[in-house]
Amino acid sequence: MGLMRRIPPKQSETALSALLSLLPQHSSDLLSQVDQPLQVLCDAECGKEFILCEYNRDADSYRSPWSSTYHPPLEDGSHPSPELRKLEIEANDIFAIYRDQYYEGGISSVYMWEAENEGFVACFLIKKDGSKSGHGRRGYLQEGAWDAIHVIEVGQEEEIAHYSLTSTVMLSLTTNDESSGTFNLSGSIRRQMNMDLPVSEGHLCNMGRMIEEMESKLRNSLDQVYFGKTKEMVCTLRPLDELVQMKLPDS
Amino acid sequence: MSDEEESHLTDKEKIEIAKWFLLNSPVGEIQYVAKDVREVLKDERVYRIAAAEAFPLYNKSHMICLGFPDRSGEVLVTSFNEIDKNEYFDPRTAQVAIVDHVKQVCTDARPANDDELPSSYIEEYRCAFDAEIIKYVSEAYPKGICCVYCTNGKDMEEPGSNFEFVVVISAARLSPQNFCNGSWRSIWTVEFKDDIQLVEVRGKLQVGAHYFEEGNVQLDAKHECRDSTMFQSPDDCAVSLTNIIRLHETEYLSSLQTSYSKLPDTTFKDLRRKLPVTRTLFPWHNTLQFSLTRDISKELGIGKQ
Repeated sequence: MGLMRRIPPKQSETALSALLSLLPQHSSDLLSQVDQPLQVLCDAECGKEFILCEYNRDADSYRSPWSSTYHPPLEDGSHPSPELRKLEIEANDIFAIYRDQYYEGGISSVYMWEAENEGFVACFLIKKDGSKSGHGRRGYLQEGAWDAIHVIEVGQEEEIAHYSLTSTVMLSLTTNDESSGTFNLSGSIRRQMNMDLPVSEGHLCNMGRMIEEMESKLRNSLDQVYFGKTKEMVCTLRPLDELVQMKLPDS
Repeated sequence: MSDEEESHLTDKEKIEIAKWFLLNSPVGEIQYVAKDVREVLKDERVYRIAAAEAFPLYNKSHMICLGFPDRSGEVLVTSFNEIDKNEYFDPRTAQVAIVDHVKQVCTDARPANDDELPSSYIEEYRCAFDAEIIKYVSEAYPKGICCVYCTNGKDMEEPGSNFEFVVVISAARLSPQNFCNGSWRSIWTVEFKDDIQLVEVRGKLQVGAHYFEEGNVQLDAKHECRDSTMFQSPDDCAVSLTNIIRLHETEYLSSLQTSYSKLPDTTFKDLRRKLPVTRTLFPWHNTLQFSLTRDISKELGIGKQ
């Protein structure tokens, strides 16, 4: 795990597969603890893309949230109960709108399954390609990837539900131009949040608000704290005041 | 599930993987990575081979700086002053440092042989240039180390032939207790072209930073540029070349600042906005409206995608 903290985040996929091949006996630990960039498949039946993760995988197939069928087809693949599936459908619809409003593009998927004890678990995923050639509205990014993974465990006791959210954001953005060369920032952070909320407003509303708050926090700390720290470092290496103080030497 | 199976990799594959991890270590962190890699490999022989191959490459690409054992100065480990696998020439003290790559220390030093030193004609240019660069680097970089090496034509005795210098500037700041490391590296190739009386300059600048308190965020920025000036006396060349380097590095620093200042409102916005397009928080309490509008748009056949 220490290694994953040091390897450049944009290389995390290579790093993970290298670790998996070195330590096949720890593969399930690695896969559950190390987040990697999300992959996408197309649900041919609905013509919509969906996101793959450990939570919609059964054997080597992945369940689409749109048709609830496995790709490639799998007999006896596990499915949520009809009741939970209903919530899952609704969550996918609403979350797609949420995603569109914040991301102006991208792909989202929501998966739900019954927890081992009581209650259920929901996983909200967003993948956005913000590059010029992808869904970047403003066209500034040569390369731009944002992957968000939100896993919420929900336990209910009468009127109050307990929500335990773990969120990870992985991102990488690169700008490239003649005068300033390539500039890449990449990162990944993970945070947790716990809340007890009345179920009267509905699970979807409660979970949605938590995710919205968490995403804003993560985005903010990446922007302000994490990118800010690397900027600070650059200024420590070569202080800025020189820019102001230094006049061009007379030639 | 075949969770219990052992790794099927050959030793060669394991060495390649270990090297990959070592070479991708952020500045100043290869020893930490090495410790983890060693644990993961559980094979001392494989680890030793990988380390012996990866450390020299890492040390040279990061241009690490090591002190001579007698404290007579410092030597940079780069591919431009490499005499042998673990021997690095320091023109300022005319010494050759003997380096232990894996421990990242200079274990010994010997005086440079005559055939390792440049001619006095070349040395005059190099020395004047070095003096100006030292002045500049001490002003611009609080912890900058620099050196000028002759990489071509060091035996030229008099005017009439071409020669080449490489200026190396390496500034690293390691602050693991604050979860932050970073480095600035410049490599300036300077070609003195006697035949056309021109000095051509090519620069490669690379800046990296790693912040890892409860997360892992890295900056990786690179830039290349070129320029030229007239072939003049050693002192005049030293001043005008140093000015060129100063100018380009200052410009690059300000372009880095610009990239940072553009982040919040332009570049980052293309990944995720701070607020929705509606500029208000998402109406989770009232999502029914969306299903209604969607039903209508479906009926009208104007649904998205």
